[in-house]
Amino acid sequence: MGVNDFAKLPHIGESLKRKEDGRFLTGAGQYTDDIRQADQKYAAFVRSPHAHAVIKHVDTSQAAAMPGVMRVFTGADMQGKMGGLPCGWLISNPDGSPMKEPPHPILAHTKVRHVGDQVALVVADTPEQAKNAAEAVQVDYDVLAPVIDMRRASQGPALHEEAPDNHCYTWTLGDKAAVDAAFATAAHVTQLDITNNRLIPNAIEPRAVNAAYHRASDEYVIHVANQNPHVERLLMTAFVLQLPEHKVRVIAPDVGGGFGSKIFLYAEDVALTWAARQLGCAIKWTAERSESFVSDAHGRDHITHAEMAMDKDGKFLAMRVHTHANMGAYLSTFSTCVPTILYGTLLAGQYATPQIYVEVDAWFTSTAPVDAYRGAGRPEATYVVERLVTRAAWEMGLAQDEIRKRNFVTQFPYQTPVALQYDTGDYHACMNQAQQLADVAGYQARKQTSQAKGLKRGIGYSSYIEACGLAPSNIAGALGARAGLFECGEVRVHPTGSVTVFTGSHSHGQGHETTFAQVVAARLGIDPSQVDVVHGDTGRVPFGMGTYGSRSLAVGGAAIMKALDKIEAKAKKIAAHLMEASDADIEFSGGQFKVKGTDKTIPFAQVALTAYVPHNYPLDTLEPGLNETAFYDPTNFTYPAGTYICEVEIDPATGVVRVDRFTAVDDFGVIINPMIVEGQVHGGVAQGMGQALMEHGVYDVESGQLLTGSYMDYAMPRAADFPEFTLGHVCTPCTHNPIGSKGCGEAGAIGSPPAVINAVLDALKELGVKDLDMPATPARVWHTIQTAKV
Amino acid sequence: MMKVELNVNGKPVTADVPENTLLVHLLREHLRLTGTHVGCDTAQCGACTVIANGRSIKSCNVLAAQMQGAQITTIEGVAAADGTPHPLQAAFNDCHGLQCGYCTPGMVMSAIDLLAHNKNASQAEIREQLEGNFCRCTGYQNIVKAVQQAQKTMTA
Repeated sequence: MGVNDFAKLPHIGESLKRKEDGRFLTGAGQYTDDIRQADQKYAAFVRSPHAHAVIKHVDTSQAAAMPGVMRVFTGADMQGKMGGLPCGWLISNPDGSPMKEPPHPILAHTKVRHVGDQVALVVADTPEQAKNAAEAVQVDYDVLAPVIDMRRASQGPALHEEAPDNHCYTWTLGDKAAVDAAFATAAHVTQLDITNNRLIPNAIEPRAVNAAYHRASDEYVIHVANQNPHVERLLMTAFVLQLPEHKVRVIAPDVGGGFGSKIFLYAEDVALTWAARQLGCAIKWTAERSESFVSDAHGRDHITHAEMAMDKDGKFLAMRVHTHANMGAYLSTFSTCVPTILYGTLLAGQYATPQIYVEVDAWFTSTAPVDAYRGAGRPEATYVVERLVTRAAWEMGLAQDEIRKRNFVTQFPYQTPVALQYDTGDYHACMNQAQQLADVAGYQARKQTSQAKGLKRGIGYSSYIEACGLAPSNIAGALGARAGLFECGEVRVHPTGSVTVFTGSHSHGQGHETTFAQVVAARLGIDPSQVDVVHGDTGRVPFGMGTYGSRSLAVGGAAIMKALDKIEAKAKKIAAHLMEASDADIEFSGGQFKVKGTDKTIPFAQVALTAYVPHNYPLDTLEPGLNETAFYDPTNFTYPAGTYICEVEIDPATGVVRVDRFTAVDDFGVIINPMIVEGQVHGGVAQGMGQALMEHGVYDVESGQLLTGSYMDYAMPRAADFPEFTLGHVCTPCTHNPIGSKGCGEAGAIGSPPAVINAVLDALKELGVKDLDMPATPARVWHTIQTAKV
Repeated sequence: MMKVELNVNGKPVTADVPENTLLVHLLREHLRLTGTHVGCDTAQCGACTVIANGRSIKSCNVLAAQMQGAQITTIEGVAAADGTPHPLQAAFNDCHGLQCGYCTPGMVMSAIDLLAHNKNASQAEIREQLEGNFCRCTGYQNIVKAVQQAQKTMTA
């Protein structure tokens, strides 16, 4: 079935109310911390108070003797019994040598390398007993100087023996000689130094693990707040604990938001699994928010110098970028591909820039590991490109929209100079619709109204592109991925015609139980209430790579479509037999099998029943049953794109930035459930605006302490911080997956930060302000205004 | 240990708990009402919000002992006895006011209090009065929309 026919089916494009809401709205959801096992024990971790220190001695005797304490484990107990946490993506230096990949121990043994690094594990009868005992563990440290500023990391003390200058890798992409030559002929070069601020993900459900060992079957059952349970199991069994994979069941039940931070295999998950076997029980650990701040993988944290070479008309000739990327103290699961594969390849943006060269230096610092956070590399790339483009416009005396329109890619497929091939898009259409919805025509009048109140109004554009649906496995493998990146789906038709779908994608808020049910119901001509979606359980779902990179529908949905193709093909044979026709003469639509050119039909449910009660059935040529599994490996990334327009009003006396209007027009290809898609955009835009205006993970340069370690110090966006967002859609269907969808989960967080900051800079232009780093807090904006006056 | 007697979701409850037990732990661990969630340790996120004696409170921020004799309503107790959803529960579903669901119970409890005390709240007032509840998924837009929709059905 082609994409266009699929998009016309019933339930496709319908804002069906979510099937999962019932349990969440009545308190019946089951998150990891809600689950209590028989013989449940509780864990607490002893964490380093220092950013960088040698562990001289750990004394657990007092803690071990406290009431209810079963055991206290230290790094010494684990030495030689397990591997460290693996990194899933190998990046190579320009000379072909591999990145520095120092060990990432489950419990720190000889050294701690960031505040919050885990040093010991206490298991006790109650959470309180475990926490009290953790406080009684005495650790004798020899404190070393921390490494916080990555620009000076090479001069700091080495965090790892393997990386004496704290340098992890240099990665380059593009033709440097061609770029340098283009710069030499440019009519104008625009330069920009920018910082992409460190963010702390803050899913509202803290990380949690409940690991149980069952002696009777020699099996492990691990409940964990995680976005990809099969990957968690694979990494844990094959690389760390050397356990038989089939003896470990990982269940990611209801998960309270992820945003990337729950993709990764964390030390706590491994430590509890191992300890559960040592003690023969179930052990639960739920992070306190303070622990989440210091131990969840953080996001972003880039420092970049970017240059754009243009001809006299503002046509882009070449772009040159250097980025310092902070890896934190250890390499988290996908940390290394974020500032490289997911960043450098996106630097073409929506523009036909002929030549691009990017160089990235990745550094170890004594901070929490940095890894994928909503957008992962693509927000950083978009921020570079869109800030640079707006500044270039102003330097060339062009409007923000004009310079974009002059440089948009208009012919597809389009091969960028940074490895990607865009399959389809209509960037002018997104821009035009955004300008209409944002009432750009009325902007000058609004600016005058603001002016009359003594306020500065500005407008900012951002035309983003992202690469989603990670990814063709063979290409990812060639680029250093140590895993495949396909997805698996199983469609199980029951004898009475209802359906259970098993998907390797994982929903932690995205509403797959509804969207995927719509896809299946549409294809089979049944009601969505007859379709249940199962995810997040390695014991029930055949396999899965999980949810990240806005891949669930484009890759996971495509796998389900492939399984449905198989279901349909087999069902047609059964129908042909029942109607005494040839297979080739059977048509299937609206839930009815029909013999072409006749009025003979039978319904889907009758075929389903026949498959399981095969009395009148071609048993000699066809197996009974109607249950099909498919794996789908994408042939390309998908390329959602759009234009965002932000309007801000700034009080120059206080520096307070108020976002007055925010318009987002996105091209996600075919949309299954517009209500859910809009919700994804709202959330993404809110996180992007949070980055632009409020959020900032800050470490003290001297002490290495996390200064923003609680909700009293890290500014989380609240309801009153946002205006009502205006959304629009353009649809150019993805050309290479059967649904035609491109993915919508990250767009908002990718496109919005530069739109906001460009608006702030536009508002402050007349005060002489040229530059401002995120977050544009009142203090920073006010200070910038004062400095510009001088 | 101490004995705490209170009323939860219309039912009298007696529990023997350590003196330092927080209300949220009484609800979650002793009564197994796990719809009330914990999202932080500084009484900021609001995931643990319940109604106590007619006002919303953060149940992570009070001792169970302080609730002696109190009338507590949690998310498990807001629907009608026959299972008909509370207008706010219905509106959150209608307006897609939730995604991962983790902040949702606290958000619904705060919204119940908000509308009970300011049934004609403007959009700006709704946004301001939900400041004690974090949501990381929705950007709050559809939460506000849900409260506005419930406002209409509850006053109709």
